[in-house]
Amino acid sequence: MSFQPLTKVTSKTLVLTATNIDTDQIMPAKFLSMTTKAGLGEHVFANLRYNADGSETDHILNTPAGKASEILVAGHNFGCGSSREHAPWGLTDYGIRVVISSEVADIFRTNSLKNGLLPIIIEKRAHDWLLDNPGVEVTVDLDSCEVHLPRNGGTYKFEIDDFSRHCLMEGVDEMGYLQGQHIELDKFEKNQGGNRNS
Amino acid sequence: MTQTLFDKVWDRHIVVPETTANPATLYIDLHLIHEVTSPQAFTELKERGLEVRRPDRTLATIDHSTPTRVNADGSRPYVTPQAETQVETLLANTKAHGIETHGWDSEHRGIVHVMGPELGATQPGMTIVCGDSHTSTHGAFGAIAFGIGTTQVGHVLANQSILMRKPKTMSIEVNGTLQTGVTPKDVILAIIAEIGIGGGTGYALEYRGNVFREMSMDGRMTVCNMSIEAGARCGMVAPDQITFDYIEGRKFAPADYEAACEDWASLTTDDGAIFDKVVRIKAEDISPMVTYGTHPGMGIPITEVIPAAASDADQDALDYMQLTSGDKIAGTTVDKVFIGSCTNSRLEDLRAAAAIMKGRTVAQGVTTIVVPGSVITKFQAEEEGLDKIFTDAGAEWREAGCSMCLGMNGDIGAPGDLVVSTSNRNFMGRQGPGVRTVLASPETAAATAIHGVITDPREFGAAA
Repeated sequence: MSFQPLTKVTSKTLVLTATNIDTDQIMPAKFLSMTTKAGLGEHVFANLRYNADGSETDHILNTPAGKASEILVAGHNFGCGSSREHAPWGLTDYGIRVVISSEVADIFRTNSLKNGLLPIIIEKRAHDWLLDNPGVEVTVDLDSCEVHLPRNGGTYKFEIDDFSRHCLMEGVDEMGYLQGQHIELDKFEKNQGGNRNS
Repeated sequence: MTQTLFDKVWDRHIVVPETTANPATLYIDLHLIHEVTSPQAFTELKERGLEVRRPDRTLATIDHSTPTRVNADGSRPYVTPQAETQVETLLANTKAHGIETHGWDSEHRGIVHVMGPELGATQPGMTIVCGDSHTSTHGAFGAIAFGIGTTQVGHVLANQSILMRKPKTMSIEVNGTLQTGVTPKDVILAIIAEIGIGGGTGYALEYRGNVFREMSMDGRMTVCNMSIEAGARCGMVAPDQITFDYIEGRKFAPADYEAACEDWASLTTDDGAIFDKVVRIKAEDISPMVTYGTHPGMGIPITEVIPAAASDADQDALDYMQLTSGDKIAGTTVDKVFIGSCTNSRLEDLRAAAAIMKGRTVAQGVTTIVVPGSVITKFQAEEEGLDKIFTDAGAEWREAGCSMCLGMNGDIGAPGDLVVSTSNRNFMGRQGPGVRTVLASPETAAATAIHGVITDPREFGAAA
């Protein structure tokens, strides 16, 4: 087991309305020099959270409400750019368990699913509502694949493939699954699958 | 059944097929690793008591955290002790696992996406991964090549395979005759401006049409490199004689080269194969391009004015860039010029920049640094005297590495600096907090360095 299982999350939302938030913004390159994963939450969105002298800005990420939130709602195309897994490591260390946007970049999405962070792509109407109503309490149910918005916001379905859903709900990663395929792998290599001619 | 190039290469690597219940298990032919995204993966293996399954299919180098200067005493000025530790950790991990590593003593050391092709390790029909989003570069050889995170680096180290669902395919066709002075960098910036920064999300791209057929391998690598800037994890060009000629004679070139070429020649999209999406751009419509905003999709021809903001996000980008809608982008004063990165640090790129800088002087106050992609590229450039052209012009000639593309090694700009950069990302703060990045070709970067303002390289009579 590599992370806490995720079935249902109820939390007030933390909203970042900017579009195309890239992984350089989520975790600036100067924090990629570490050889462990620990403590990256302190550096997540560092350029928004800290002044040049290291003091904290008044950004929502530095407020108790921000720090208590487990659901991040972000503008369109969240997580684009660099493949750095330090981005989801930082977000989960900060306390985020779910990211909701109208689009999530491919590599960030893949990396998130491997770290107990659920990326949800939700339809525009719900996304707009969430952006317009920051800080509301939202429930994400991975069992039913639904996002429940409060007040008259409604309930929305989201899509996730069964395999990823299973891994998140059980808190298991894929290493064990791949290790279980060594017979198929041996066979593939024996049959000269793949290319490397040297 | 007709197939696309992507389909053909994908099918060759299926260990366990995809079903509704599980993703495909995809075999990986070549795993490139570097110091930034591998240490936690090696730790994972150690904690689980796992070995590296195929060290012979793994190649390592150091590039992101490495200084591009050497001290007078021969020591290297790492930006932090942590950066040095990271490099040492990579060297120790690869030594412990018997992985071929191009470290400080190797002439192949350099940016991982320059190293692989230079060694001939990157070949048509392969699956190639690396913990770096610009792994898409290797698609220039007709390989499926894409970036992965550190967890998957661990999966590939231990199992030589990853779990993945097959992406959709998109054909990007550019046919016609490029205008004089239009480079591969301009072509890809125009493509990204057309389809948007998220336009390729969920797709594997194939670049098709005579423009790519006529392009050199260096040019194709520049194009494929930036596929990820449109959101696509991978972008490919079908292999042809230009590809085969590039590989011949390199270290990892196949022993039976003729047989390999025969096989590689079959790796083309069949006539009538269906793509999920098709984008067509006329070559004649592409101009030298520069970006004006804070992501690579915000690009315009260098002759145009800065567009009106269509959204709050656009206006935020213009505010950050301190640029005004309606102003011409050409003529904007710059502080620094960076020529390098996995996008544009190969010999052809350096030649193109040198051709413009030859016999000219960099504008006063414009710090210009030229960083070759690998040690070998550096040697080759020096043999041609390119280093002398750069230094005579007043530019700095550095050691190979990623350098100012992401600034991890401390090569960054000062807050507020406007940097014209041949790299791939103009994100806010990427080249240092508050730094404003304008992406451009090596030709445009060199012309800009000379005049000290954003300059159309065609003013210098640059020919494509």
